[in-house]
Formats: sequence, structure tokens, C-alpha cells
Amino acid sequence: MKPRITFAVTARILRQLRRDHRTLALMLVVPCLLLTLLWWMFVDNEAVFDRLGGPLLALFPFIVMFLVTSVTTLTERTSGTLERLLAMPMGKLEFLLGYALAFGLVAVMQSVLAVSLAVGLLDLDARGSVITLGLVAVVDALLGTALGLFVSAFARTEFQAVQFLPALVIPQLLLCGLFTPRTALPPALEAVSDLLPLSYAVAAMQAVGTSATWTSDLTQDLVVVTAWALGALALGAATLRRRTA
Amino acid sequence: MVNNGETTVTVAGLRVVRGDEVALDELNLRLFAGEVTGLLGPSGCGKSTLMRSLVGVQRVQRGSIDVLDVPAGAGPNRSRVGYVTQSPSVYGNLTVAENLQFFAAVLGAPGTNVKRVLTQVDLAEYADALVNRLSGGQRNRVSLAVALLGEPVVLILDEPTVGLDPVLRRDLWALFHQLAAAGATVVVSSHVMDEAERCDRLLLMRDGAIIADDTPAGLLATTGTSDIEAAFLHLVQQAQVTTGVRS
Repeated sequence: MKPRITFAVTARILRQLRRDHRTLALMLVVPCLLLTLLWWMFVDNEAVFDRLGGPLLALFPFIVMFLVTSVTTLTERTSGTLERLLAMPMGKLEFLLGYALAFGLVAVMQSVLAVSLAVGLLDLDARGSVITLGLVAVVDALLGTALGLFVSAFARTEFQAVQFLPALVIPQLLLCGLFTPRTALPPALEAVSDLLPLSYAVAAMQAVGTSATWTSDLTQDLVVVTAWALGALALGAATLRRRTA
Repeated sequence: MVNNGETTVTVAGLRVVRGDEVALDELNLRLFAGEVTGLLGPSGCGKSTLMRSLVGVQRVQRGSIDVLDVPAGAGPNRSRVGYVTQSPSVYGNLTVAENLQFFAAVLGAPGTNVKRVLTQVDLAEYADALVNRLSGGQRNRVSLAVALLGEPVVLILDEPTVGLDPVLRRDLWALFHQLAAAGATVVVSSHVMDEAERCDRLLLMRDGAIIADDTPAGLLATTGTSDIEAAFLHLVQQAQVTTGVRS
């Protein structure tokens, strides 16, 4: 394990992102615009914004990071640079951690912006602290990054990578407890939602929204989300092959 | 560095299957330090598969490949075997210098190597240009520059001179010979037969097999032909007569 190589990967990705204004806008500006849109929709009914705002602070970063990471990693696979790197003294873990670190930093920036906007300007009423809100948003964004890295192994083109969004993300969105509490779902669907990581990401946000103190439920939700993120990273490492057919 | 003439690559009984097709079958080969070996043949004959096998990125079904006394692709080789793929494997939205600095960091090569390789591939004046804005031939040279960064002992170059103007091609071949003279083992593939005469040794490939292994002059003498293309045709016809295979 050589940190030098991991940092080189991180610095390279950040440099590439800095040149890619559209992607940067998608990651930093779009979540803020979507939150503002939501606030406007319920400008006469603040209770709804308070109820949905928190979970959406978790969802937007998750979806955006999933999309950007899966496509970026796929480009690395199809352009031949991944093969070249793996033929060099590059460890799989060093490579993935470099990616996770770069997108993790962007996730932090994204969360700081979105949380500041939601709490500072749009008057989102969360009982928990702003710091906790930001922390949960970052962990959720990291989950998106890790899952995006993993699914990129199962796509051959950027178009195929984007197809994972409706196939894998939207079902989680429907079942995560945002539209209706998960306990109100038919038992079979509730069981399925118990297995999906986004359910815990949203539950963590709801916990911050409704409780002023750090609860054991919050800890539990964050542990599940983190475990999913680490598991997806480990599976992602397994899909990086030095030798291909 | 290895002494010139020493065996650096030994391939024995190599068999590679890609999809349903046998790409290489029972292939044996030895390569030596100090030589520029040309790998020639039509596209689809197995050149790239053989080169990928030497680098250690190709899944192989049978046989052994030793490069610098360890199996191909083993840890120690990852910083001493330079590899250029057919399509340039560099980052389009980074500048030439940024690409090279990144790969130098991965290889652990000193930053001063960046300047050296830029001069070697004649791209010094494009150091700050975005790779996406360069021509195809220039991009290929950035990719070649990356392979030269770590001062490789074995260089595997898959069609490195495609799309280059004749002057640049001549200069790059001079560079390959200069590296070989310093002890490197250089393998260059091409589907252009007129590049053959620039090699110290030629391997002609067809349908996953090496059908000739000689110096350019030796090949012309044994086939009684005046150019490599004619020699290739002669060998293909001969193979068909002896095996009765039609293609």
C-alpha cells in the first residue's frame, strides 16, 4: 500500500473534474437548485419541506455521485488507462481509494453547500445539529460513489452505465420510506426495503430531522450505510482484473 | 540493465483462446536484449494478443511466459516493462505534461524524466496542450512517452508509428534502435510491411502462429524475393502447399 500512488490518483481526478465544468455543476450546483425547487413548491406549507428536505439532502448527493462515479470509472476502463495502470505498480486498493478520496472530497463540498443552503437560507427545520446533518449527507454520498464504482464493472459503455440509474436506484427511491413509511409497506416489500442501503441513508436523515440528540438508531443506520459502502468498494476491487480475456 | 544478446523473454507452448477463437496456439519464442524485433502480419493475426501476453494483461489458457526471469506481469516487471497499446491510453482532459507527471508518480519515476521523454517523442512544445486537442499521431506519441517514463528494460509497442509522417517515423525508429543499443529488448508490431526493413529481426505472424523468424536480409534470401511483402506471400503459399490448407 503506497499512499503516494493513492494521492496521485486523487489529485489527477480532481484536476480532471476542475476542467469539466458541466460535471462540477451537476455535483455542486444541481443539488442546491433541486432543494430550492422543493422549498418553492411547498413555500406555503413549511411542514412538508421540513419532512422531505432532510431525506432529499441524502438522496440528491447519493444519485449524483452514483451517476458521476459510474460513468467516470467506466471511461477509465474503456479508454485503456485502467489496463495501463494495472500493468504498472498500481494496487487495486490504491486505485479505488484514490477514487473514493477524490469523490469523497467533492461529496464534502457538495454537502457543505447543500446543508448551508437548506438550513441557512431555506429555513429547513432539523432538530439535530447542522454538523450531524452534513456528516450523514457525506456518508450517503460516499455510498453513491462506492455503488457507482461497483456497477461500472457491469457496463461496457457509458450508456449502459446510465441504465443502472433507473434499474437500481429508482426502486430504492420508491421503497426508502420517503413516499410512505416503510412499516406501511406490504410485508414482502418491507422485507426488501430492509435490505436496501438507501432505506438506511434516508432513515438516518429522518433521525437527524426529528431528534435533537444523537440516537442509537442513527448510529445503527450510519453503520449499515458505511458497511454497504465498504462492501461495494471491496466488491469493486474484486472486479478490477489485471488479466482480461 | 541486461547485457546485449541475453535472453530476456521466453515463451513456451503458449495458447490463448479469445471468445470461441484460438488466438495463439502452441507458440514458442525467445527475445534478446539489444534487439529490435518486428512483429508483422495482417490485423487479426494475433500480434496484439501476443504483446498483451508478454505484458501480462492477457488471460492465457496454457503455456509459460517468462520476462526478465519472472512470469509475465509479475510485480517486479510492472515498472521495468513499458507497454504501448494500439489506441492511446492517456487522459484526454489532461495536458500532455499532466499525463506524464501522473504516470511518473505511479511508476515512482523522477519528475525530470518527464522532460526527457517529451524530447524523445518530440512533443516538448506541446507540453501544456490538452491531449484532446492533439492529432491522433500526437496522442500516440504521448502514449509512447508514458511507456518510456520508467526507463523500461523491455518495451512492447503495439503499432506505435501509425499515422505519423515519414520524418517522425524515421526518428522514432532511430530512438527504438538507440534504446536497444543501450540494452533494452524492443518489440514493435506493425501491419505495414515497409517498416520491416528497419528491424533487427522479423517475426511474421499469420492465424495465431509465427510463420517466419529471421533477419530482414535472411528472409529475403531464403524466399528469393526482393521485398518483405513478397516474402510474406511466398511463405503463406508454401504453408498452404505443405499442409494442404486453403484460405
